[in-house]
Amino acid sequence: MGEFPHTVTTMPTARRSGCPFDPPAELVDARRHSPISPYTFPGGKPGWLITGFDLVRSVLADSRFSSRKELMLHPTIDYGDMQAPPAPPGEFLLMDEPQHSRYRKPLMGKFTVRRMRLLTERVEQITADHLDAMEEAGPSADLVTAFAKPIPAIMICELLGVPYQDRGSFQEQVDSFMNGETSDEDLLAAYTATQDYLAELVAAKRANPTDDVLSDLTDSDLTDEELRGIALILLAAGLDTTANMLALGTFALLRNPEQLAALRTDPALADRAVEELLRYLSVAKTFMRTALEDVEVGGRTIEAGSRVILSYNTANRDPERFADPHVLDLRRQDGGHLAFGHGIHQCLGQQLARVEMKVAFPALLDRFPTLRLAVPPEEVALRPETADVYGVKSLPVTWDA
Amino acid sequence: MRITVDTERCVGSGMCVLTAGEVFDQREEDGKAIVLRPEPPADTRGSVREAVDLCPAAAIALSAPGTPVL
Ligand code: SF4
Repeated sequence: MGEFPHTVTTMPTARRSGCPFDPPAELVDARRHSPISPYTFPGGKPGWLITGFDLVRSVLADSRFSSRKELMLHPTIDYGDMQAPPAPPGEFLLMDEPQHSRYRKPLMGKFTVRRMRLLTERVEQITADHLDAMEEAGPSADLVTAFAKPIPAIMICELLGVPYQDRGSFQEQVDSFMNGETSDEDLLAAYTATQDYLAELVAAKRANPTDDVLSDLTDSDLTDEELRGIALILLAAGLDTTANMLALGTFALLRNPEQLAALRTDPALADRAVEELLRYLSVAKTFMRTALEDVEVGGRTIEAGSRVILSYNTANRDPERFADPHVLDLRRQDGGHLAFGHGIHQCLGQQLARVEMKVAFPALLDRFPTLRLAVPPEEVALRPETADVYGVKSLPVTWDA
Repeated sequence: MRITVDTERCVGSGMCVLTAGEVFDQREEDGKAIVLRPEPPADTRGSVREAVDLCPAAAIALSAPGTPVL
């Protein structure tokens, strides 16, 4: 064991109390020992945990590491010899080339910087509507349901072409398979219901194409099943991640009043502030890869077939990459976080997420100059570490009317 | 400094456009990067270098002007 003084045996399941924004202490500790640690999966299979920025980035850029679903191992649950099935058609996040490109390519032109910037006005309008509603119903609101969830939900649904009246029930389904607390049975039910819904939606778009991404895609050689898979990935990613960034981000700003004041007085800071919140919060915490051949990483040999857990939130707090990494500094100059990943799978919707956040945070602060938590910070309910995307369950806020 | 983009590798992340919008854009049809100014003015070189570093697909190459790019 001399060579690896620090083996991580289980994924930490909790954050330190009072530090809801910091990665679990065990992970920060692991990185302090070494950017790569041996990891023991439940059931005893050996693997690796990578916590350092440079190594996470290099693995993400390396095609010798696979994203295929059927090669993955659950980091915290022992499924014995049960193997995950390959990703269903269209769910390209869990595929390698060339399958991955088949699905990502037709989408790339739909999420360009230019196109997403054109949506700014629409985001402003939706944001203003929700702030109006909050103001009318308040003071006091749950920022998650009043603000953080609906804005990205409406945007991704409009882009994809999910009819307005279907949004509510649909979002509940997606919620239940993202929150990390749903029973296996309910999870399967929600997943099936979503699949059924999307199958109907794809059929409807094929019959009556409208002006949206899903309708556009019916014009390609993609099958209905493939379109359903693509829609699922885009919706799940578009709904949950930005919503959690908005709510957890507001929580973080309220806990850092001098940073909040800086953003409030200097709207030009918004671009940089969004990048810093992305780095600091890293709501998409971990991703997995499987080595397809023996690969040297950080002086260790990762053997073919070994699973690697990539800890984004620890990498984004790597002191060798970022000065004072545990400090939220909206004026930070050392950019280049991994919150959207790296390599061929780097988030397709990142420019949409940026536009939403750049509009929403300043608008919220502008509308409610006295915005504050309505409960003590320790009482804000956080998602468990088992959720794929970290965040708050609800964020009670209030203000002076 | 001369910039080229390998459109085969490009995954359309838009990081280059975000970082050095004077120099890069994306094609409407497929989101692939295009170089607006293959020989960028001096004041954009810092952001161009940053774009090279941030590109998730290592699709952007820099070379001295006049050098053939392989
Ligand atoms: S940063 Fe790289 S991958 Fe992204 S659009 Fe530009 S060239 Fe393509």
